[in-house]
Amino acid sequence: MKEMTFVQAVNEALHLSMERDQNVICYGLGVTDPKEIFGTTDGLLKKYGSERVFDMPTSENGMTGVAIGAALNGIRSVMVHQRLDFFLLAMDQVVNNAAKWFYMFGGQRSVPITIRLIIGHGWGQGPTHCQNLQSWFAHVPGLKVVMPTTPADAKGMLLASIADENPVIFLEHRWLHQQKGMVPEGYYETPIEKAKVVTSGTDVTIVSLSYMTVEAIHAIEFLKHQGISCELIDLRSVQPIDWETIFTSVKKTGRLVALDTAQETLSVASEIVARVSQDLFSFLKSGPVRIGQPDVPSPTSFGLSKGYYRRSEAIALAIGRMMKGHDLEISALTESRKFPHDVPGDWFKGPF
Amino acid sequence: MNTLQSKEMYEKLFLIREAEQAIARVYPEGEIRCPTHLSIGQEAVPAAMGLATTSQDLAVSTHRCHAHYLGKGGSLRGMFAELYGKVTGCTRGRGGSMHLMDESVGFMGSTAIVANSIPVGVGLALSMQLKKQKNVSLIFFGDGATEEGAFYEAANFAALRKLPALFLCENNLYSVYSSLKPRQPEGRKIVEVAKAIGLHTEIANGNDAEECFRVISEAKQRAINGEGAQFIEFFTYRWLEHCGPFIDQHLKYRADDEFAKWKAMDPVASFREKMLKNGTLTESQMMGIEKNVLDSIADAITFSKESPYPEASEAFGPIYKERNHSAGASK
Repeated sequence: MKEMTFVQAVNEALHLSMERDQNVICYGLGVTDPKEIFGTTDGLLKKYGSERVFDMPTSENGMTGVAIGAALNGIRSVMVHQRLDFFLLAMDQVVNNAAKWFYMFGGQRSVPITIRLIIGHGWGQGPTHCQNLQSWFAHVPGLKVVMPTTPADAKGMLLASIADENPVIFLEHRWLHQQKGMVPEGYYETPIEKAKVVTSGTDVTIVSLSYMTVEAIHAIEFLKHQGISCELIDLRSVQPIDWETIFTSVKKTGRLVALDTAQETLSVASEIVARVSQDLFSFLKSGPVRIGQPDVPSPTSFGLSKGYYRRSEAIALAIGRMMKGHDLEISALTESRKFPHDVPGDWFKGPF
Repeated sequence: MNTLQSKEMYEKLFLIREAEQAIARVYPEGEIRCPTHLSIGQEAVPAAMGLATTSQDLAVSTHRCHAHYLGKGGSLRGMFAELYGKVTGCTRGRGGSMHLMDESVGFMGSTAIVANSIPVGVGLALSMQLKKQKNVSLIFFGDGATEEGAFYEAANFAALRKLPALFLCENNLYSVYSSLKPRQPEGRKIVEVAKAIGLHTEIANGNDAEECFRVISEAKQRAINGEGAQFIEFFTYRWLEHCGPFIDQHLKYRADDEFAKWKAMDPVASFREKMLKNGTLTESQMMGIEKNVLDSIADAITFSKESPYPEASEAFGPIYKERNHSAGASK
């Protein structure tokens, strides 16, 4: 095991994949530029050459189709986009071609491509640079959609995504990029379809994903001092969803809070609440709750974004109400945060 | 073209024409239950493409794909059974008329959103370049597709990388019921746009099979020689409605004299006539080819009608391809 950041873990996975399989190529806007996609593509060009690692024309849709076509002849592309929002131009290729190919052609050929999309957050990213549209992708049969939280999962799930026979949307939250964690050395795959129980608890099940798992950990620590025991499940994959792990936990606790980095309505969290309500109604001791972002575009201004993002305070309040029937005093939680609301930590100085 | 090639060309032309005619004939019976876009009148380009390429050259196509599939040598039984939605169809009833595939002959698939197989074809060309395969990617599309962003994006990348791609644009003057007039500036030629992007360009009479064969063969050679991506604009015309088995002149979106003019340039009949006239093929050779083709179409229809539907449960998946082996340890 070695301590490293999420960025370093992604970089290591890319190196391992390209070393292992000659047919893996990596491209995207900025892949070979001086910033190397926040450092994630560091060293790839030098090691694997410009045939396999390259910058591309500003053609998100066309170049996604290129990845699909190359996949039909055995090339595994890892595409990367510095913001998910730009990839919306490629929805035709990913929805109509990549997602459909295996099913539509009677299972004769699949499209093994990996598309890394970075989700912005805070620092005035605003309406069009920080959309968390995981449910759009997860809604389309044929795509796999993963959202790792820890560096170890980032590495293992990226390796699993590249080796997968199907198109995988790999969503990286910008605020996780400098998170550190212990990462196993060498090549390993973290199965895409398994959620992870991060902490065990008895009172409430929190189903979380991506950056919200970090907020949940802060809330859980706070709630522990209030005598509330939470079980935290990090989904890791939002398509497919590991229902077994969720159901096992909710049967034990009888309570559910589902978290999401996206606008709340029609979110992945909505799906978690719906399925649990439908299938485990008799186990529930209280109404399930979901916590996502408000149903408006993300504002830009430091002032406007102050109350916009729902964080550990919202989680603690919701669980407090669920368990005790009243609002908890949560100011300690806010005060424990050492930096402004629009950055993930001291390391982030902008610009994006 | 030598005698053998002429024979094969006529066989392909006649096969495409008669297969499409047969579909038009049986369609009203209501057993082919999917949207169907026929290529009657547009046989020359696909037949010539089939003759000028091998199964190692990989093709992608559009909603109007029967002719391209058959020209490439795709299974006739597989196509008809697919139209009938049967389990013996080339995609087991999953894709239907607009999504044909026969990888054994290099027909990699056809998709139904305008222009969206163009980038896929360019990706095939990229894979050939990366793998140093001496083959070409064959990309079929129509005039309407050149109005889509996907065309520009894909053509730009193909030109940039000098990819072994053949952009085969069949300009049949109409996108569904819309002529070029409301769609593209008057006087601007599609081929000029392609040239400006950086593709090597040619134009050809898309109803003249011999000319199509020559132009495609030469373009293929240039692409394999590393001279970069090739674009050919073929002028041609569909006889029937955009989607469906009927002539739709009663809708008046196409002038009768325009229709008559193109019909007089019948790619199948004109090739037959020419071959007879210059003595390349005899009447009895032609009739022999025709009989075999008609027999194979009759066989394909019988085969399709007798084939079962897929089990209804097949609709529910799988939607993911499983890994063959479990590589790597789980953590």
